[in-house]
Amino acid sequence: MSLAATARPRSGFARVASATLRAFNTNKTSWVGLALFLIVLIIAILAPWIAPHDPIEQDIFSKLQGPSATHWLGTDYYGRDILSRLMYGARYSLIIGIAATAFAMVAGSVIGMLAGYYGGRFDTITMQVMDILLAFPSLILGLIIVAMLGPSLLNIIIAIALTSIPSFARIARAPTISVKEREFVEAGRSLGYSDARILFVHILPNITAEILVMFSLWTASSIRTEASLAFIGLGLKPPTPTWGGMIREGFENILESYWLAMMPGLAILIVVFALNLLGDGLRDAIDPKLKGEQ
Amino acid sequence: MTAAEFSAPVLSVENLTTSFRVNGIWRPVVKDLSFTIAPKETVAIVGESGSGKSVTALSIMRLVPTVNGRIEGRIMQGGRNLVDLPESEMRGVRGNDISMIFQEPMTSLNPVLTIGFQIAETLHYHRGLDYTAANAEALRILETVRIPAAASRFNEYPHRFSGGMRQRVMIAMALACRPKLLIADEPTTALDVTVQAQILELIKLLQDEFGMAVIFITHDMGVVAEVADRTIVMFKGDGVEQGETGAIFQQPEHPYTRALLAAVPKLGSMVGQPRPMRFPIVDAQTGIADEPVAVPDTVTRQGEPLLDVRSLVTRFDVRSGILGRVTGRVHAVEDVSFDLRAGETLALVGESGCGKSTTGRSILRLVPPTSGQVMFEGRDVASLPRAELRAMRQRMQMIFQDPYASLNPRKTVGSAIAEPIIIHGLAGRQEATERVAELMRKVGLSPDMADRLPHEFSGGQRQRICIARALALSPKLIVADEAVSALDVSIKAQVINLMLDLQQELGLAYLFISHDMAVVERVSHRVAVMHLGEIVEIGPRAAIFGDPQHPYTKKLMAAVPTPDPARRGIRRGLSNDEIPSPFRKPDFTPPARAYREVSPGHLVQVAG
Amino acid sequence: MTAFLVRRLGFACITLFAVLTIIFLIVRILPGDPAQVILGDQADAGAVAAMRTRLGLDRPLLVQYADFLSGAIRGDWGVSLVTGRPVIQEVLSVLPWTIELTLYALLIGAAIGIPLGIWAAVNRNLFTDYAIRIASLLGLSFPAFVSGILLLIGFAIQLRWFPVISGQRATWTQWLQSLVLPAVNLGLIMAAYITRVTRSAMLEVLSEDYVRTARAKGVPWQAVVWRHALRNALIPIITIVGLYLGVLIGNSVLTEIVFNRPGLGKLIVGALNQRDYTMLQGMMVIYTLLVVAINLATDVVYGVADPRVKLQ
Repeated sequence: MSLAATARPRSGFARVASATLRAFNTNKTSWVGLALFLIVLIIAILAPWIAPHDPIEQDIFSKLQGPSATHWLGTDYYGRDILSRLMYGARYSLIIGIAATAFAMVAGSVIGMLAGYYGGRFDTITMQVMDILLAFPSLILGLIIVAMLGPSLLNIIIAIALTSIPSFARIARAPTISVKEREFVEAGRSLGYSDARILFVHILPNITAEILVMFSLWTASSIRTEASLAFIGLGLKPPTPTWGGMIREGFENILESYWLAMMPGLAILIVVFALNLLGDGLRDAIDPKLKGEQ
Repeated sequence: MTAAEFSAPVLSVENLTTSFRVNGIWRPVVKDLSFTIAPKETVAIVGESGSGKSVTALSIMRLVPTVNGRIEGRIMQGGRNLVDLPESEMRGVRGNDISMIFQEPMTSLNPVLTIGFQIAETLHYHRGLDYTAANAEALRILETVRIPAAASRFNEYPHRFSGGMRQRVMIAMALACRPKLLIADEPTTALDVTVQAQILELIKLLQDEFGMAVIFITHDMGVVAEVADRTIVMFKGDGVEQGETGAIFQQPEHPYTRALLAAVPKLGSMVGQPRPMRFPIVDAQTGIADEPVAVPDTVTRQGEPLLDVRSLVTRFDVRSGILGRVTGRVHAVEDVSFDLRAGETLALVGESGCGKSTTGRSILRLVPPTSGQVMFEGRDVASLPRAELRAMRQRMQMIFQDPYASLNPRKTVGSAIAEPIIIHGLAGRQEATERVAELMRKVGLSPDMADRLPHEFSGGQRQRICIARALALSPKLIVADEAVSALDVSIKAQVINLMLDLQQELGLAYLFISHDMAVVERVSHRVAVMHLGEIVEIGPRAAIFGDPQHPYTKKLMAAVPTPDPARRGIRRGLSNDEIPSPFRKPDFTPPARAYREVSPGHLVQVAG
Repeated sequence: MTAFLVRRLGFACITLFAVLTIIFLIVRILPGDPAQVILGDQADAGAVAAMRTRLGLDRPLLVQYADFLSGAIRGDWGVSLVTGRPVIQEVLSVLPWTIELTLYALLIGAAIGIPLGIWAAVNRNLFTDYAIRIASLLGLSFPAFVSGILLLIGFAIQLRWFPVISGQRATWTQWLQSLVLPAVNLGLIMAAYITRVTRSAMLEVLSEDYVRTARAKGVPWQAVVWRHALRNALIPIITIVGLYLGVLIGNSVLTEIVFNRPGLGKLIVGALNQRDYTMLQGMMVIYTLLVVAINLATDVVYGVADPRVKLQ
């Protein structure tokens, strides 16, 4: 029985977990990605306790200071501590990035699976709509949606999610079709299983790994989009510390003190790069054939 | 005996060992293999999957990946050792002194280059011809391989050619520089039997014409018997036996060779046998065979047939354009009628695209039939409401060609077998577990394997699991769609024996869909030959095989290679017939067909 | 080929029509009255009603729709609420800037990305491959405005090779100065994408049977890579690059802001900030046209690259 116990059917999560381990064994950069991301995540969670200053409180007397013992990364135009603002900013970036991607993942996967499974005209039309949305510059789409809805946290999440639904639909559709072609699905039909059962009990566990790996890559993309929107002026309203917003403010003073724009820029780069490293390594482990495709 | 013995060998392989590194450990795939090939000689390397026969070929060509592959020993050709030839010189050997053709003609040609260019290229690199001269020469070779209208097809891309024609292009490419040795790696395995016959014929013909030696790699003993002067039998990387083909077939020395030959179904071996017969099983270690026995009569002759298919038609619309206009139609199944009794096996045979699989799927309504009736246990499956259809499917089941693809890789085999029982509410979980154990025993597997995942089983075991799952709902009819075609011969024999046992025990009816005439002869009570969606001939097995009437049936039988070296000299004459397509214009109306009764139950479609 | 083109053209028209309809509906269905949005929260009901009349929003929906569609086709996209000039004129005056930037970025991206991708693929799992993968991953992690700002800080502020604010392009050097940094910025990000696509497409193709065939007949390795493999790899590369052009256009918005370069991006941000509703609608139409045009161009190139397309 001991052998039997080790061979239980594995869920998509378990498969991702074991793939993660494999990825980390073969691909050291995944470790770097994971470590960087965890650091940022912990900082974001602990920001209220570890931030040295209030991120919003202004101090006109210490504006535009360089790095010092009290302000490790200096202060901005209103004398606010940049390090503290970066720490709090991480929270908004991660919340928006993860929530928007999760929403897109669920909605997109369902659309993609249904289209892939039922095929035919339903598939053609759905995917055509998705392709058009996909071809449409996502930043422009996000821009318009946020502009129409107004820049609240929820609206930004919705806008970013809407722009990445087509990608997830595509990601979910391709493996659904290839799994559907396999004979165990046809066997299931001849055994009298319902479509819902075949889709969610038999097909879904076979494609979760692919979808979850994409989750990390698309979270990276969502964080980038959120920052871009904030940079354009469609982020959370000031004085809320968002990285994109900080760059926007810093950019206005770029000639005198360029680090104001550079620091949050590097922060975004680190998080996005970390997630990309992680997702890229995971994907290698899941399907060596997909190596390096985005 | 022949001139071969008096001249130096074209190739001599000495102590060849090829290994691959898997997880840091070097594993030999070919072990210490030695053989020679004389000029103009044909040597077959035969073995089942994993025997190392293809790797031997790739080693000779030095196409084994250098990163995780290693070749040791000596491969002597033209006074050189190919194993340690610099890559630049090896390049001059490939396609020039030694050429190779592969199993998959559909993927072995570059889709974005014209076939003419792909042939001329070889001449350009090896002969230094400019492309004008190379094209002229390439065209000549294209004519040599008997491609119809070669000149006009010279600048076409591979997707315009059928599988058989693509294999001819591959051959043309391989022979362009008149190599001394051609290595053919399963060149006909992916092809239909009539096309296979053409390609084998062509290779023989060109071998005489060009005077080259051929290494023929195959798993098919029939092909071996038909082409090879000498044969090398490989088993798990070892060359277990080599010698004259006739000698190997008559007096196999090695137990494995005996096991292999015993398991090979031989067309025409069933004459005088009234009922299907089990295969003899030979132990690969000891070589001792059991005595094959005919199965008892299982067919229920009283009452209504279990399955009665009447004028079944299944067509697929081909749509194109933005509006999805129907621009054509695939007449996959056209006016097919037959019946099947409990305990009986009816084989549907035919070549690819003949509609045999679609017929099976239409009966289970996995594909919706266009018209016709499928009476099963007195009810018409074709017009059953969905809910009742699900109940009906408990009584008719299907097993598929690829046993690995047929099982969800993420479900244990136990839960895969239990799932239909639970879904249909036939038993609770506890009871289902017991039933699973019983089913697994029935198909010859130990019930403690129930907790394992499909990838932990071999191909044959997986097919047993699929059969157990199909039996879970206690069906009366099983549609077996090429169920043993992907299995190695020895495994194939065992699975067929299992199916025969189950038929006897449970009174199952089989609709046995297959392209393999020899297997069909062995297992079926009755046979229906399909061509272009229609049944051209149907009748008792003995009548079809003993007295084929329809020209297509005859052609099909003649094309099957027989594992009998006595027939080696046979020449069928080269034909260029292609497998016809059942694709038609939307306004096509199929002609009405009439049948003539040759003998009781033996019907032949009347020409016209 | 002609039939293929005609079909794709017909398809492009349908797409265009569908997207225009969606734009029309989005503007009217999304919560928030455009008139209210334009005038701000404090505006009184009378002013809002006047604005609605001015925008034609008080007319029946179908009439608005017909008007919108025929206007979109005739090039009559209304008049900017801010400048009073026809929207189409405003758009056309900056369109060449954006197209110029995008094309040069694509050129830089392909020129760098395709060779790098091939180089990585043929050296799979060796140091070169590893380095190229990490570099390209880093490249596509950059939000375009962050990389733009870094380029600006490095080359314009620190090194002073380029003016911080470009815009004058009377002379040849001015033109170059206004183009180089933005095009390099976008081009490098595009190169990162193209490198990765090329690499994975090449890896896929290099494992195909026909590559083995080419080797088995003694074709030199260079010819195997560049003729047999790359010709096939280009087919997926074209498709995906076509999709990335959307990303590129999105990134051009950020680049135009950072380098203060005229273009569609600056125009749309301006329109958003000033709540220029007609301008915004016109911008959406032009972006749709661009997307459809890119799709069509991708299809054509695809059709040229893949001989199998002609058959369908």
